[in-house]
Amino acid sequence: MNVWLLLIGMGIVTYAIRLSLIVLIGRVDVPPLIQKALRFVPPAVLSAIIFPELLRPGGALDLSLGNVRLLAGVLAAGVAWRTKNVLLTIAVGMVALWVLQAVIPH
Amino acid sequence: MHSRRSEFVAGVKAELPILLGVTPFGMIYGVLAMGAGLPVGPAMAMSSIVFAGSAQFVGAQLIRSGTPGMVIVFTTFIVNLRHMLYSASIAPHLAHLSRRWKWLLAYLLTDEAYAVTITHYNQTAADSPNKHWYLLGAGLALWSTWQVSTAVGIFLGAQVPSSWSLDFTLALTFIALVLPVLRDRPSMAAALSAGVIAVLAAGLPYKLGLMVAAIGGIAIGLWVEARQPSSAHRRQRADIQ
Repeated sequence: MNVWLLLIGMGIVTYAIRLSLIVLIGRVDVPPLIQKALRFVPPAVLSAIIFPELLRPGGALDLSLGNVRLLAGVLAAGVAWRTKNVLLTIAVGMVALWVLQAVIPH
Repeated sequence: MHSRRSEFVAGVKAELPILLGVTPFGMIYGVLAMGAGLPVGPAMAMSSIVFAGSAQFVGAQLIRSGTPGMVIVFTTFIVNLRHMLYSASIAPHLAHLSRRWKWLLAYLLTDEAYAVTITHYNQTAADSPNKHWYLLGAGLALWSTWQVSTAVGIFLGAQVPSSWSLDFTLALTFIALVLPVLRDRPSMAAALSAGVIAVLAAGLPYKLGLMVAAIGGIAIGLWVEARQPSSAHRRQRADIQ
């Protein structure tokens, strides 16, 4: 497939998904159950992205103390919980990862 | 107070710290796209035509491995399905807008713009008629940063050593975004169960595990909420006793 056709295909699919319910929900009544469910979208989706990044860093489950991403991620989560500061969370998490990578053999 | 301008500026400001995590990620995409053998033009254009970080990562990797185009488009669809949940979630806040606004804001509906915007909408009790300018501000801040950072990655090429682990900034950005929305037990249950399911289902093809986990987490959140007597109920029961 031509690379430009591929890009346009990827773009149309992505845009259609993002537009779909913005357009649709303005027109039809949303059932109460769905309305209640929507507030769980951010915690559920974001956690579903985060957990595998921390717990399966090399593509396999790693619960050992040698899993530096898990340790740095938990520390960053603590910072985010206490401060709600995005910059500080990213900074502490990255520095922790670098320090742990230097200290812990992997 | 809630003028178009103030909403727009507030959206940009809320997005600013996120950009620290997004910038390295955009650069890594640029490096990855070059490594996949994409020419500079298409590699750069993907950031505006597709404008979806994780789908661009997966797309570049699939192009490198010579995957057929239809499979790549299908994979993009699955990887981005979570945006349908964002679309549903943000829709009530945009329902009053013109078609042109909806079409523009849908284009800007990324993980990072959605997360700061929905947090803002859920926190402000008063409904500003100009609140869509907040999403526009957050979305444009992210869009322009994404374009610049992927361009930097493309031109730096392979000069970012992988030992810097800059890809970790994405997980950290999402951690910073998710903790503030864990306000009560049902949302904590939703987050925890979605995370566990995502780890267990990570082996599913086309990153389907993410979608399974998201729907599972939402269902658990609803279930915990239904089991939990609301504060009004509790008060009633106390009165009876």
